[in-house]
Amino acid sequence: MNGAHDLGGQMGFGPVAPERDEPVFHAEWEKRALGVTLAAGGMGHWTIDESRHARESLHPAVYYSASYYEIWIRALENLLERRGFVTADERAAGKALGSGTNPKRVLAADEVAATLARGGPCDREVPTPARFKAGDRVRAKNNHPQGHTRLPRYARGHVGTVEAVRGGFVLPDSNAHGQGESPEWLYTVVFSAAELWGESADPALTVSVDAWESYLEPA
Amino acid sequence: MAHDGDHSHGHDHPHDNDLDPMAARVRALETILTEKGLIDPAAVDAIVETYAHKVGPQNGARVVARAWSDPAFAEWLRKDATAAIASLGYTGRQGEHMQAVFNTAETHNLVVCTLCSCYPWSVLGLPPVWYKSPPYRSRAVIEPRSVLAEFGLTLPAEKKIRVWDSTAELRYLVVPERPERTQGWNEERLAGLVTRDSMIGTGLALKAEAA
Repeated sequence: MNGAHDLGGQMGFGPVAPERDEPVFHAEWEKRALGVTLAAGGMGHWTIDESRHARESLHPAVYYSASYYEIWIRALENLLERRGFVTADERAAGKALGSGTNPKRVLAADEVAATLARGGPCDREVPTPARFKAGDRVRAKNNHPQGHTRLPRYARGHVGTVEAVRGGFVLPDSNAHGQGESPEWLYTVVFSAAELWGESADPALTVSVDAWESYLEPA
Repeated sequence: MAHDGDHSHGHDHPHDNDLDPMAARVRALETILTEKGLIDPAAVDAIVETYAHKVGPQNGARVVARAWSDPAFAEWLRKDATAAIASLGYTGRQGEHMQAVFNTAETHNLVVCTLCSCYPWSVLGLPPVWYKSPPYRSRAVIEPRSVLAEFGLTLPAEKKIRVWDSTAELRYLVVPERPERTQGWNEERLAGLVTRDSMIGTGLALKAEAA
């Protein structure tokens, strides 16, 4: 979707503000926000792609005014409500008011280390051969899907070169919407800055994205 | 510690009016999830503990120091970063699929996720605030040189910049160039020159004199 999250090349946000010796967390609630988000994800009722889509689906005014962990929490609230775990009334009351959906599982404290160390690999076999190979010229399709996608707007319609075939990976566009993993070949595609940003672009700059096969067409 | 520790006056008030809005909001959600048995607060503690104290850029620094010291490891890292990094014990969430990108005399690498905040947690820990912020995410792909200047890194105009937008599940680790005058240094000493920013590309490794 063309959401507020798709930031590449947007202007007006001002300078980057690196912080000397910044802490990992800036408030106690940020720690809990991280932990609660990962623990709730451990129930296994949504994928990382659906949770990313929940974040990018926030209203732009909310997205741009919220800190990152606030974005996480607001998206988590929406996911929990969507799945019937926590209602808006309960959030307003600050306590459980009913039973709600039963979880598939609950992440226990003694499982945390192994669960985090395992992660969630998303490489998958793709039964068909890769359509493109390193060196091929490809165009990123000029598509504007309503749902989740991982092709940034700034790359759409532009021609680049396949640098590497990375293997088969779960397709976020379908996986975010409960439509299956539909794994596809994934490619690193390199664009010149002039192709992306025009004649005045930095001549010594190239930018790459990792693009699923259905994002690309021969150029 | 299961809660913020700012609730010590010993009575319940469900709206948490003494907390700032986000603290109250997160507290409410954690309370409800705990009451319903959907999360274990001790698991939340363990997750926080992991990323506050156990996983951080010291992991990545060891990977880089090994690559500087051992050409065979560097070659393995170049060809199969996931396996090479896993051999040092660094695996897991947001590091399931790793790609190492090596700075050279000609090319400087810079990593961004314009779409969210994808970042190699297993080797760098959680991302800093600026990495997740709109200024960095919007500008890194269109004017990286001026972004780098804001980090105090001014590159010559002829130096090529390669920006990697982390749009899939591949997580990038920049291997900075080994500083001069570090011949004979052991890995631990070398790791002391590898900053987090140098592994994102917003900085370089420290000079030998800094160690």
